[in-house]
Amino acid sequence: MNKYQNPYNPEKIKQAHKLLTEFKYELKPLEKGYANRTLHVHVGNNTIKSKPVTQEMKDVFTGGKGFDLKLLWDAVNKNTKWDSPENEIVIAAGAMGGITQYPGTGKSIVCGISPITEAPVDSNVGGYFGPYLKFSGWDAIEIQGIADKEVIVYIDGDNGIIQIFEAPEEAIDSHLIAEQMCDIFASNEQEKKNITTVSAGTASEHSFYGCLNFSFYDRRRKVARLKQAGRGGLGTLFRKKKIKALVCKFSKLNVNNNNVADLEAIKRISAEYHRELFENDDSQCDMRHVGTAHLVEIMDDYDLLPTHNYKFGKHEKTGKISSPVWREMFTQGIPDGCWYGCTMQCAKCVDGYTLRTGPYKGDIVSIDGPEYETAAAFGANMGIFDPHFIVEANFYCDTYGIDTISFGTAMAFVMECYENGILNKERTGGHELNFGCGEEAMEMLHQMAKGEDFGKTIGLGIHRLKKLFVKEFGADPQFLQDIGMECKGMEYSEYVTKESLAMQGGYGLALKGPQHDEAWLIFMDMVNNQIPTFADKAEALHYFPMFRTWFGLQGLCKLPWNDVEPPDNAETDEPAKVPKHVQNYVDIFNAVTGKNIDKKELILQSERVYNFQRIFNFRMGFGTREYDQIPYRSAGPVTIEEYLSREDRYDNQLRDKWNWDPTGKSVEERHQKTREFREDAYQKLCDAVYTRRGWDNNGVPTIEKIKSLGIDFPEVIEILENYFQGK
Amino acid sequence: MKILIKVNDNPLEWEKNMTIDTILKKMKYSFKMLVVKVNGELVKKSEFGNFIIPEEADVKVIHLISGG
Ligand code: SF4
Repeated sequence: MNKYQNPYNPEKIKQAHKLLTEFKYELKPLEKGYANRTLHVHVGNNTIKSKPVTQEMKDVFTGGKGFDLKLLWDAVNKNTKWDSPENEIVIAAGAMGGITQYPGTGKSIVCGISPITEAPVDSNVGGYFGPYLKFSGWDAIEIQGIADKEVIVYIDGDNGIIQIFEAPEEAIDSHLIAEQMCDIFASNEQEKKNITTVSAGTASEHSFYGCLNFSFYDRRRKVARLKQAGRGGLGTLFRKKKIKALVCKFSKLNVNNNNVADLEAIKRISAEYHRELFENDDSQCDMRHVGTAHLVEIMDDYDLLPTHNYKFGKHEKTGKISSPVWREMFTQGIPDGCWYGCTMQCAKCVDGYTLRTGPYKGDIVSIDGPEYETAAAFGANMGIFDPHFIVEANFYCDTYGIDTISFGTAMAFVMECYENGILNKERTGGHELNFGCGEEAMEMLHQMAKGEDFGKTIGLGIHRLKKLFVKEFGADPQFLQDIGMECKGMEYSEYVTKESLAMQGGYGLALKGPQHDEAWLIFMDMVNNQIPTFADKAEALHYFPMFRTWFGLQGLCKLPWNDVEPPDNAETDEPAKVPKHVQNYVDIFNAVTGKNIDKKELILQSERVYNFQRIFNFRMGFGTREYDQIPYRSAGPVTIEEYLSREDRYDNQLRDKWNWDPTGKSVEERHQKTREFREDAYQKLCDAVYTRRGWDNNGVPTIEKIKSLGIDFPEVIEILENYFQGK
Repeated sequence: MKILIKVNDNPLEWEKNMTIDTILKKMKYSFKMLVVKVNGELVKKSEFGNFIIPEEADVKVIHLISGG
């Protein structure tokens, strides 16, 4: 029995399991960070097999996201859709993944053809699954096929056994099934930390932006906590495959499961980093007390906090959702790392929270987060400046398997449509969906989980909603295109980019869609004025996406790179790159693998995978300039109301930046001119970035570039030759 | 006549006894991970409250990237 009002019985659940297939494998020690094999599980025909990892695969794709994309490429064809049986969920840890000495090494990278973008997507996530998978003997797992009935895939990394079984009795919502898996596969409380579960949730089935939850058992709180692979609808894909859970058990964690080449070097570098973190975090980002939520008030101060569907960048009520509130709500003084050894400890948690709505109303739960993105999306973007709403919606999004970013951005879009008369009570099933309507927004989330009514419609995502609103309600397609904050089908994450052209590109030119994990250039561009020319911006849009891609190849969290800095960082040539931490990564990679790379080779490792992913997009029918175009709200003021709210700024820019005198001109003329200048600048930015990346002016990597990177596989060359011959 | 300084290439009116903290306040720069240079010279964080900004100074307040 458990602590919830509606208790479950683990024995009864277990008895209902029906074994469908079993696969035994030899347990072997890892070799310098690699297991040298990957696991293929087909839930459609219940087959399981092992695939070797060749030296060429390691040399070209490095690991992590590189392995994911290579395996996914081989599994699908150009006609594969997200719901085709051959589509896969691929999960990998990365070569450096799981070392417990340096902070932030426990990330898993998940890839698949996305339900929302219909192209390859990658999403990174904490929790124990990636490292446990690798230590169980697998560099990556591919899950292919669609099961007939609800199944669980179980990897027993202690005994070298993999099973697929029917699982009719388990819950689907993640907070429950993650705990059920601990109850079933651990023989006592002590063992629960050895169990990690990947799951989605009931709303994942009914929306296109379902997320995956990766669990880790928190021994102090006695709760299975959840971290999210949020972006791209991978939870939707998981539920499409009728998988309730993917579970891994591994009990033999030690200081060197990776069997690294030089453990002493890693210890030395790590000890220095931990010292630096303890001495500086409190006066820098304070990650250990408020996590990423420290950004709420900072973004507001710089006019970057998306408010009312990104119309504005600040709000008078921001104080109600800023870091002092979160500091108070988060339990302090408990270790909060999402993998062993992470002293940054930003995985904050609200404990003892009594749910006020929905199917679990009255249950007392622990809620991971909210992180900055969630607080910004639910609080400012939807205009609901209520921390309790944010926490409760965060809980339900997680357990229902919904990406908080896509939900928040899609709701903000719906709210603006409501305020503009495109939607009304009749069309929403009687719900008033103005900005600020917290109860109604929560109801939409519960409807989404049930697959009912207008809540289910919101789960379509902005890209599909725009088409629906035009077709069903006669909405103006241009207006919806302007205010619908999606690109490539993915909803924007939570930053206002109007005053940073480089960041407009950071979002628009990101391979998977507008997520800020490729580049976050707003300060560098808008505040510091460090990258004034197109060439400068293009250089930043080359270096940072390549550098940041590398974290995905290694199974690393990006936060320890630049959310704390060494005291002498200011005195270095390029403080924005935090050179000392980059050198740490190079040195640790070498100490794990026994290789001898330098900073240049680091970028090259990423460039290979980055260009491969771009061509993968192209192979699936995307990956050209057309798909890099952004909604105008990302570039400038869509409405006159927005223009007038920052009239001096826009007028001054017309005069000083664009050499166009606004004196005596109507607001409509000034508004229109602003749009022309800004839209033209974005096209020039695309030109500069494509050139810098070695792509043609349509955004396609040239054959020359591909050859220089060593990714000129016959299939890749054939795709590019066909394209360039047809030009 | 107004005396100006430049902060990240933006003009700002100079004041007597102006310090870096004054500039941060005026520019609403609340982010903490900053590198500050005055006329090309690095100013340590511990001196933000007492380093006096000269007339017509060229001040760079470099915000280091954050965000996950
Ligand atoms: S910094 Fe935060 S998100 Fe990153 S690994 Fe550590 S606890 Fe997890």
